[in-house]
Amino acid sequence: MRVAEVAIIDYGVGNLRSVEKAFGATNCEALVSGDERVLRAAKRLVLPGVGAFGACMSALRARGFDELVRERAATGTPLLGVCVGMQMLFEESEEFGRTQGLGLLGGRVRRFPKELLVPQTGWNQVVQRGVHALLAGVEEGTFFYFVHSYYCEPEAREVVLGETEYGAAYASVVARGAVCGVQFHPEKSQAAGLRLLKNFAGLEAGAS
Amino acid sequence: MLAKRIIPCLDVDRGRVVKGIRFLSLVDAGDPVEQAKRYDAEGADELTFLDITASSDRRAIVSELVRRVADEVFIPFTVGGGLGTLEDIRAVLRAGADKVTLNTAAVEHPEVIGAGAETFGSQCMVVAIDARRRVTGDSSSSSSSNGATSGWDVFTHGGRRNTGLDAVEWAARAEQLGAGEILLTSMDADGTRDGFDLELTRAVADAVRVPVIASGGAGRLEHFYDALTVGRASAVLAASLFHFGEHKVSEVKQYLRGRGVVVR
Repeated sequence: MRVAEVAIIDYGVGNLRSVEKAFGATNCEALVSGDERVLRAAKRLVLPGVGAFGACMSALRARGFDELVRERAATGTPLLGVCVGMQMLFEESEEFGRTQGLGLLGGRVRRFPKELLVPQTGWNQVVQRGVHALLAGVEEGTFFYFVHSYYCEPEAREVVLGETEYGAAYASVVARGAVCGVQFHPEKSQAAGLRLLKNFAGLEAGAS
Repeated sequence: MLAKRIIPCLDVDRGRVVKGIRFLSLVDAGDPVEQAKRYDAEGADELTFLDITASSDRRAIVSELVRRVADEVFIPFTVGGGLGTLEDIRAVLRAGADKVTLNTAAVEHPEVIGAGAETFGSQCMVVAIDARRRVTGDSSSSSSSNGATSGWDVFTHGGRRNTGLDAVEWAARAEQLGAGEILLTSMDADGTRDGFDLELTRAVADAVRVPVIASGGAGRLEHFYDALTVGRASAVLAASLFHFGEHKVSEVKQYLRGRGVVVR
């Protein structure tokens, strides 16, 4: 079996083709896979997610991929959570009461306040708060494409690499070591998004 | 800050771009992928494809188009036109579209909005509303309680059938059912180049808590400004203005930026 440079975890949720094609456009071959062996062998994992947090977590758990992701993250495998995939990295979400996440990062997921238009839909800026290879070559204040109703509230400030303003500033890019998350859709964010994916494809196991 | 969006719309027939005015088609061909790439390069924030293919192999044709666009254009795009069932929606989302617009089907089978939102998320369910200012024969009704207008009717079937629904009420109901966005087209303004129907746009934007995309009537740069400020729209959509090259997306953005509107 060929070892994938990047495997995009297919657990029956969302549009994975765009992510795959976006990696392809940066000359990195990414593989969409729901095969446990492929996911265990891949050098890097992307955890996509769209729609409801609870539904995503259930689908991930039903395939046993929650444990797989935890195990691989524990051994330093670069992991990129995208949109709800980023939210799932945290401990819990307040969507529909409380739903447990993967707990790879401390903190929770909250809903945008009622006075805002929800979902936040469109291009918004990322103000950089930390230095990480994931953001190499990405200009300060770059616009990325967001679509989400919930946002992450990390416990530790030091995991926050980027913040975005919607009502208030919230964490839109996080990383602890090689565990990374972006609230926007890099695969839909034109050149800057492709750059970020290329950066991710260059992360090595155990990197920080 | 969240930027206001400029969205070119491409009408597509059998996988080819058709240039024209939405409710009065005028045929001319072009490759949708090439056009999409051009708009992407000009700074379009999203793209909308409105499919008008009338053919039994429509779903396959549309899926193929969506796949080709998704392979080469890395901004969000929406596909609408003739989608009626969850299976229709699944087919275009799986092929790579980010959102779908439902128009006639949303009115005839409102439950598909909720089912789609539950299955794919409300962020990809856009309800398209074609609205026309209500004409009342009774002159006394024009001076009714709220004065200026007696409202707008919702039309389906490409603007041919009056449903009798009130556009503002229907928008609010669509949101409750699970719509994540409203694409609002003024049939009165569409094709006139005289500007968006600001009163309609404002009335709908004030009635819902999801983004409203204003459509129909763009002719000059200030029309975009008006729709985004007076009309309180989150985004503006235009077809012929961009097709015929009168204004580029980049020009619209430069103009808006100059007047203090946040754009990408």
